[in-house]
Amino acid sequence: MDVPLSWLRQYVPVDILPIDLAHHITMAGTEVVGIRHTGEDWDRTKIVVGHVQKVDPHPNADRLSLPTVDLGEGETVTVVCGAPNIAVGQKIAFAREGALLFSPRSDKKEPLKATTIRGTLSTGMICSEIELGLSENHEGVLVLEDDAPTGVPLVDYLGDAVFELELTPNRPDCSSILGVAHEVAAVTGEFVTEPDLSYEETGESIKERITVDIVDSSLCGRYAASLVTGIDVKPSPKWLQKILVKAGQRPINNVVDVTNFVMLEYGQPLHAFDLSKIKDETIVVRPARSGEHLTTLDGTSRTLHPPMLTIADSENAIALAGVMGGIETEVRKETTDVLLEAANFDPINTRRTAASLRLKTEASYRFERGIRPDLVTRALRRATQLILEVAGGKVAKGIIDQYPCRQDPIILGITSSRIKQVIGTAFDRNEVLTVLNSLGFDQVVDESSEDSLAVRVPYWRSDIAIEEDLIEEVARIVGYDVIPTVPMSTPIPHRTVQPMIEFKEKVRDLLVGVGLQETISYPLEDALTLDSVQHKQNKMKRIKIANPLNAGVSYLRDTLRGSVLKTLKSNRRISQRESIRIFEIGRIYLSKGDEKGVVLPEEKEMLVGVLSGPQSEQSWHARTREMNFFDAKGVLETVFGALGIVAEYEELEDPSLHPGKAAEVFVGGQSVGIVGEIHPLVLNHFGLDDGSVAMFDVDLKELQTSISKSTKTYAGIIRFPESERDMALIVESLVPSSKIQKIIMRHKLVKSTSPVDVYTGEGVPKGKKSVAYRIVFQSTRSTLTAELLNRAEGDILRQLQSEVGAELRI
Amino acid sequence: MTDVTGVAAVEEIRAEVLRALEMAATEEQLEDLRVAYLGRRGKLTQILRSLGSITPEVRRETGAAANELKEVFEEKLAARRKVLADKKLAALSGQEKIDVTLPGRPYLRGGLHPTTRIIREILDTFVSMGFAIAEGPEVEWDRYNFESLNIPKDHPARDIWDTLWVDYTDDSGYRPMLLRTHTSPMQARIMETVNPPVRVVVPGKCYRYEATDATHEWHFYQIEGLAVDEGITFGNLKGTLYEFAQRMFGEERKIRFRCDYFPFVEPGVDMSIDCFQCDGDGCRICSHTGWIEIMGAGMVHPNVLSSAGYDSSVYTGFAFGMGPERIAMLKYGIDDIRNFYSNDLRFLREVGD
Ligand SMILES: [Zn+2]
Repeated sequence: MDVPLSWLRQYVPVDILPIDLAHHITMAGTEVVGIRHTGEDWDRTKIVVGHVQKVDPHPNADRLSLPTVDLGEGETVTVVCGAPNIAVGQKIAFAREGALLFSPRSDKKEPLKATTIRGTLSTGMICSEIELGLSENHEGVLVLEDDAPTGVPLVDYLGDAVFELELTPNRPDCSSILGVAHEVAAVTGEFVTEPDLSYEETGESIKERITVDIVDSSLCGRYAASLVTGIDVKPSPKWLQKILVKAGQRPINNVVDVTNFVMLEYGQPLHAFDLSKIKDETIVVRPARSGEHLTTLDGTSRTLHPPMLTIADSENAIALAGVMGGIETEVRKETTDVLLEAANFDPINTRRTAASLRLKTEASYRFERGIRPDLVTRALRRATQLILEVAGGKVAKGIIDQYPCRQDPIILGITSSRIKQVIGTAFDRNEVLTVLNSLGFDQVVDESSEDSLAVRVPYWRSDIAIEEDLIEEVARIVGYDVIPTVPMSTPIPHRTVQPMIEFKEKVRDLLVGVGLQETISYPLEDALTLDSVQHKQNKMKRIKIANPLNAGVSYLRDTLRGSVLKTLKSNRRISQRESIRIFEIGRIYLSKGDEKGVVLPEEKEMLVGVLSGPQSEQSWHARTREMNFFDAKGVLETVFGALGIVAEYEELEDPSLHPGKAAEVFVGGQSVGIVGEIHPLVLNHFGLDDGSVAMFDVDLKELQTSISKSTKTYAGIIRFPESERDMALIVESLVPSSKIQKIIMRHKLVKSTSPVDVYTGEGVPKGKKSVAYRIVFQSTRSTLTAELLNRAEGDILRQLQSEVGAELRI
Repeated sequence: MTDVTGVAAVEEIRAEVLRALEMAATEEQLEDLRVAYLGRRGKLTQILRSLGSITPEVRRETGAAANELKEVFEEKLAARRKVLADKKLAALSGQEKIDVTLPGRPYLRGGLHPTTRIIREILDTFVSMGFAIAEGPEVEWDRYNFESLNIPKDHPARDIWDTLWVDYTDDSGYRPMLLRTHTSPMQARIMETVNPPVRVVVPGKCYRYEATDATHEWHFYQIEGLAVDEGITFGNLKGTLYEFAQRMFGEERKIRFRCDYFPFVEPGVDMSIDCFQCDGDGCRICSHTGWIEIMGAGMVHPNVLSSAGYDSSVYTGFAFGMGPERIAMLKYGIDDIRNFYSNDLRFLREVGD
């Protein structure tokens, strides 16, 4: 909403600087996002209104003239002028020597110098719009209205500031100059003078001629009309055009301009119909018939459906109520009689109509925010008065005012105890009343009591319904900044902990600790990406977005793998050889819909990481190698170790993972995720080169549950020394290491064991592998002797021989 | 073994051992000497051990001489060891020189996403003020996202939150399921499950049907706060948020509260801090206003309290909501919100440090 200061001043005095006013009303809730100034840089003494007394020809140049200008208080000056439009009697903008003006020649502001032009000295200048910075126009001098007072600073006459307001949806009243004037009055302590609404009715009675019928009063609570006959439709007078342009409207003709002017003035949309086009001079406010056509003012033919509300004549729809008029009944040059409409339409129906036709207008904006029906007749009378003023004609006697849903004025009470309870500070009753009065709330003495102050909500406010609304009115005008700032002193409530929240943070820290970078990506994906990394068990219905921003983000992801692979790909574009280790902790969304009804999806916290590229940057210390399955597994093992989790890994077939290089991860017998290398076809789908990309994909909920089941207890330190032995074995290639380890671990003296060498090739029979294990022995009761150790090794070897056919490698 | 006995034998050993000590050139030779004379079967050890079998007179003399030699030997041995060790150290500096300017062996370093970092920082300030942390669903019902927050269907305020809807229409022709447009639905969810008092902060992802630019993302995080109890006031709202802003942005920052509108609060608040770029004079960052909006807040609307089953005549409370990315942008000097979720590792590493 653009609010010119000059227009605002017609209703409320403003004696403070525009920037200060902007600050005050912003603090009170109506944000001024910008101020456009005109004339703030015009020197008050050097640029003034002049009156052209006579225009003599220049003795030495046909194109130049020598106008003599009255500058008031008996001062006249004669200057050289090159403009063809200069004429005696004009009011013009005169700049004295030294005035700072925009120079089209140098493209910047320069002080005006006295110059001799073709032998005649000129010590001033009659300005065109470009020199004043008003427009690019320098075709002729700027001609002011005849009422411009001679000698006054131009800035006082023509200068202005336009406030750009960003309105909140609850304040349709501020989409009017008067509404803003009331805000201004409240913050400055001034008073609003509303327009006089009187005019002479000299025509026939409107009721004799016009019939109005509201068919559905739930969609139209009030409909009023006036009639002006014998008018002359032409361009508006300059003052009206100027003020509309400043407020951001395009002037059309005097009648339409008046309806726009009054809409901006009161916030009440109006419409003018050409009466001669209304069949039977009858207005029917009715829902559209199904499939009914109407060509709106923008020239678009629209198909309507109930319950869209129309204004119809005895036969057809002639306007879309509250949204836009029809082209058929538009006021044109040849129109002589206009029927003026001001009405109150249902906000929801207007909103739905505008939305379904994609036709948001100034009118629909105001109606859907719920303006008050009290505005209807005021705005109608104001528009009637102005049409009479600018288009002539006769006003019919009376107005039509159908008001089936009469709304009584709203009266609300406000108590000091409630103010104290909500704000924390007590307010003086008089202070409360003063603030409310300044906003236009009147006290209703009959209904007030010692505790409670009863006030009537002003006719333009549609956002005040409960006591808290009044409290806000008081607080915002008094100023939030003056309300004392107090720390909370109520007891801290008992905190219930969602264990997953802390768990996620712990996992994040651990992953960062082993060198992984966290990423976060969009949870919406395209179906193809999701399909390409489909889990083996996931075959549920995906959740689709009805209005995605684009096709690439139309499904909620049911796997995090695609997101992380995409991140890998986008970074591979930047660096082909870099070592990349990333992880994301995010949700996947699994549909739980069944036949009984739809329920919200399950949102599962997942952890996915990928490792790709060299294990380390190439350096002088060592040759590097590509990361693979075991790097990803190592990350998991480190994280699990820190969390006190013991996991088991079993071979896995997963369509998106490399056959033979994938494992399912189990904790306490429960599957918690996978680790593996990505299937080459999947890499291909993501545009990733061949080469290994290792991934882990873990269900954090399962993982977190598995920890809380096994609380770790401190075992104590054993004081007897450990002994290490290495055992090299030859076994069938297919025997998993985990199985051998399990057998070794079964011996009661074994503290731990891990493979220290795995070898196939020369010296090892085909189909077999050589595996060496380091075994750490320890007893809780004594230092182990060589004899005991030898016996233990023998026992273990026998078990390995019988269970997996292992032989000692010699 | 020599057949000389008594003091003479000791003296013979003395001459021998002192010469040998002088000759020894390595640690190993010294150790051999020690074993040869003082070991279990060492020469001196044997003399000391044989003292019991000789006459008391000779025993005393011989014993004194042997013990004295033992001390001398041990002393000289230690001295000789030190000489050799020093020699060895002196030689090291010449032989084992490394190029200390070569780079060290690299260790891996990871990093948190800047959003994670800033959310932790924000939550920490509220946790220290007694707030608990909760999370809620991102796919929500219209009922929680709007209706329970005093935003009925077809309310014009819905224009503030352009919504991504789940493709499902109920029998009445409405889409009841959506991607939450803010974390505020958790206000209702929490109050439905917990009796007052409540003091909680809710971080999480939110979504809007919105074109992206340098300051707008369709996918972003929000942190919601809610405090409800008997006696919670607008003054407490100011107090709590003031504390937060000072901890987050420094004690020298000025804080401004102005009236704003959100349907689920009354009175409604917009909180700004003075621009740290221009100290309030006006610059590009603050859109030449001198102030930077940090969050929306307000006293919980009575309709929101009662729709969650709280008695709004007894309980009052405040709620607030802020965008962590915006706060990170201000704190770390990031000029484009699209950097956050395009996952360029160069950006993440730089900002995550
Ligand atoms: Zn600034």
